[in-house]
Amino acid sequence: MQLLNTLYVTTPDAYLRLDNDTLRVEVGQDTRLRVPLHHLSGVVTFGHVMLSTPLMHRLAEEAITLTLLDANGRFKARLEGPQSGNILLRQAQHRRAAEMAFALMTAHACVAGKIRNARQVLLRGAREAKSESERAQLERGGNDLAASLRALPGAIDLDTVRGLEGEAARQYFARFNLLIRPDRRDAFHFDGRTRRPPRDRLNALLSFLYSMWTSDCRAACEAAGLDPQLGFLHVVRPGRPALALDLVEEFRPFADRLALSLINRRQIDTTSFVEREGGAVLLEGDARRDIVVAFQERKQEALQHSLFKEAIPLGLMPLVQARLMARAIRGETEGYLPFVFK
Amino acid sequence: MLIIVCYDVNTETREGRRRLRRVAKVCESTGQRVQKSVFECQVNQMQYEDLERRLLAEIEPSEDNLRLYRLAETRGCEVKEHGIFRATDFEGPLVL
Repeated sequence: MQLLNTLYVTTPDAYLRLDNDTLRVEVGQDTRLRVPLHHLSGVVTFGHVMLSTPLMHRLAEEAITLTLLDANGRFKARLEGPQSGNILLRQAQHRRAAEMAFALMTAHACVAGKIRNARQVLLRGAREAKSESERAQLERGGNDLAASLRALPGAIDLDTVRGLEGEAARQYFARFNLLIRPDRRDAFHFDGRTRRPPRDRLNALLSFLYSMWTSDCRAACEAAGLDPQLGFLHVVRPGRPALALDLVEEFRPFADRLALSLINRRQIDTTSFVEREGGAVLLEGDARRDIVVAFQERKQEALQHSLFKEAIPLGLMPLVQARLMARAIRGETEGYLPFVFK
Repeated sequence: MLIIVCYDVNTETREGRRRLRRVAKVCESTGQRVQKSVFECQVNQMQYEDLERRLLAEIEPSEDNLRLYRLAETRGCEVKEHGIFRATDFEGPLVL
């Protein structure tokens, strides 16, 4: 398995076209970039970016996914070649989703992965905390999440699992402010999660990073031959990538950590956001590019997976997890095992 | 692996100029132009052999000259850049 690159185009009015075996990005009269297609596994465009049809045909042929996002990073459309999925695996997935015991076990695993990773974020914050009272609060947060983890096996239906997940998320985000450097807390004051629309800067940043991770998890489900719309933890709803959302749970804390380091290292500032009427806060154009660069760099970081001996780039982890999910669905393994970090 | 492709194509004749354009096209499809007739290509073994085959199909051995260098991977220390051109790292973040 190789981590091929993804090209992100955020420049408005850029024009993407096929030139020989390369993808060419033009802005006005000048060529900004030429990339040979064999380097790419995906192309993601934000907002008003244009593409030629020959390029679309070629991307479909080479199984390079094309994802169109709106200017705020919200998913709009995807172009996929014909070789998506394995019907036997998808049939197995549909049978398994109807099997209550399996759905419950998988939902447990997804939520456990998320809570464990979130707990590590808090504990790491506690280790780095400057004041004793903050350290104590973060440690208490870590203990609360540990309690949620212990309660999880007792949840005997999906609604209880979802309830525990929501409760854990609330406890986690209640401590989130303490993870921000004290001198940055005014600018990035955080008062719980808000979305659609995000109502403060940190929420805008988190929403943006989550949607990029979800997009990657969705692509990973499709690459593994799974149906991204049929999940175990998440209820199916038209247009909702429920399985990708199941998969993304364990990766959310990675997005959180990236958001925190962008803020704490001053790679992102208040000027990166615009406030709309009605209280919505959105990322401003250039900042999106910086965040995508940071996200792409973070994905190169290799981490140890508990099942494998060698370190794997974080960017490949959704693919690895989607394949583990496929194996669990086929019954080749005991159940789904989420990716957790130490 | 990183491959450096350099070529000299005899452009005295019309066919020569045609060959030059076609050789450049093959190189462009696989890597990036770093100097007038020098290309850097980040490829795997299969793509490397494919590139070589396609180049050999274009050049005229009695008049032209083609050199392919294969660089050992030494953690990104293969190339030093000076002057006006900066190559794109196709493995780094591609964000525009």
